Amino acid sequence: MSRPEDTLLADVHYDDVEARKYTTSSRIQNIQASMTRRALELLDLKTPSLILDVGCGSGLSGEILSDIPPEEGGPHVWIGMDISPSMLDVALQRDVEGDLFLADIGQGVPFRAGTFDAAISISAIQWLCNAESSETSPQQRLARFFGGLYQSLKRGGRAVCQFYPKNDVQKQMITSAAVKAGFGAGMLEDDPDTKNVKVYLVLTAGQSAVANTKSGDITGVVENMEGVDVVDNRRQGRSSGKGEIKKGSKQWIIKKKEQMERKGKVVKTTSKYTGRKRRIAF
Amino acid sequence: MKLLTLNFLTCAVKTCKSSSDSFPLHPKDAELASDDVEVNPELLVNLLPRLDWKALKTTSAEVFLPSCIYPLGFPQLPDSPPTIEQLQSDDKLLKDLHSLLMETNLMEGKLVCGVCGHEYAVREGIPNFLLPSHLV
Repeated sequence: MSRPEDTLLADVHYDDVEARKYTTSSRIQNIQASMTRRALELLDLKTPSLILDVGCGSGLSGEILSDIPPEEGGPHVWIGMDISPSMLDVALQRDVEGDLFLADIGQGVPFRAGTFDAAISISAIQWLCNAESSETSPQQRLARFFGGLYQSLKRGGRAVCQFYPKNDVQKQMITSAAVKAGFGAGMLEDDPDTKNVKVYLVLTAGQSAVANTKSGDITGVVENMEGVDVVDNRRQGRSSGKGEIKKGSKQWIIKKKEQMERKGKVVKTTSKYTGRKRRIAF
Repeated sequence: MKLLTLNFLTCAVKTCKSSSDSFPLHPKDAELASDDVEVNPELLVNLLPRLDWKALKTTSAEVFLPSCIYPLGFPQLPDSPPTIEQLQSDDKLLKDLHSLLMETNLMEGKLVCGVCGHEYAVREGIPNFLLPSHLV
């Protein structure tokens, strides 16, 4: 699959022709719509909210935000940022309801602290991973973006960013930038290990005032969802670390024996007598 | 761009981030347009605690006084921010606030930072926040 991110900048790639193609393709429209709905599900907004749409493009996802019926907590008001003038032009012609900004998300998010209830980003932040000049690096751009986003979200606000990582390195780079900015980060993958894999980066900014989960952990976001397995790679406390096995115990002896065996030394086989105390002679 | 958005927008220049004068941005040569948007009381109640009332007063004074294009005269805002209960009970206030925040759009003009004086051009309702790299 070709990746336009590898060859061109977002504002150069999405020229008038490309922007029109993108917006009129029914395939892309469907995919965008389903991803936006999934992201909204993850945001779990109960009341009409102010949402930031990062990389809003022609407003495909924004339209869905404006169309949420009142019984589902909508309609939301959104503010969109995009770097491509052509995309914004298409958005103007389509007469979307949100406010549009011509801005580079790699330069930060120019809103005052605590502005937004939530943020959403569909297929955009992978563009941050290529730096066009020697003056900036992907790391810098990511740091500025996530730093700005963290500030502009209210405490307890959530952000869901769907993106297309090129490889695991890029995925790691984006996640660690988000964590460094202060977010609680989690990754949700729909249809993993297929061609249609969709990666959602779920971010929480600070503790929510409404404590809805145990200790406000990021995994709580998907707590009530069906068909989601939580894979937690973080270290599980100190249960599997050093200091657990007591020196001189049977476990310790077996561990040492295994170590020696790996080094290629001759080791006595382990039996039920291994590590047992001798009977007192007298 | 809605006036609501202007109440949240700050200067994007790095050196202005620490200064309190970088908010609000001051509209210059503003051309306004009015849109019809359905009133959404829940949204306004949700947004009310986050609004910077002082900035809102400044902005509305700056936008409306020089242009005077507002057909019915712009809605008068109370001096201090209303409480949520006041907003919910006062229908006129709700309507005024709605028409000011949600229906009034800034279409053309400039947004000027109070610190560095950087001018962000607004065209067809879209402000240009792209900065040259030395300002980021």
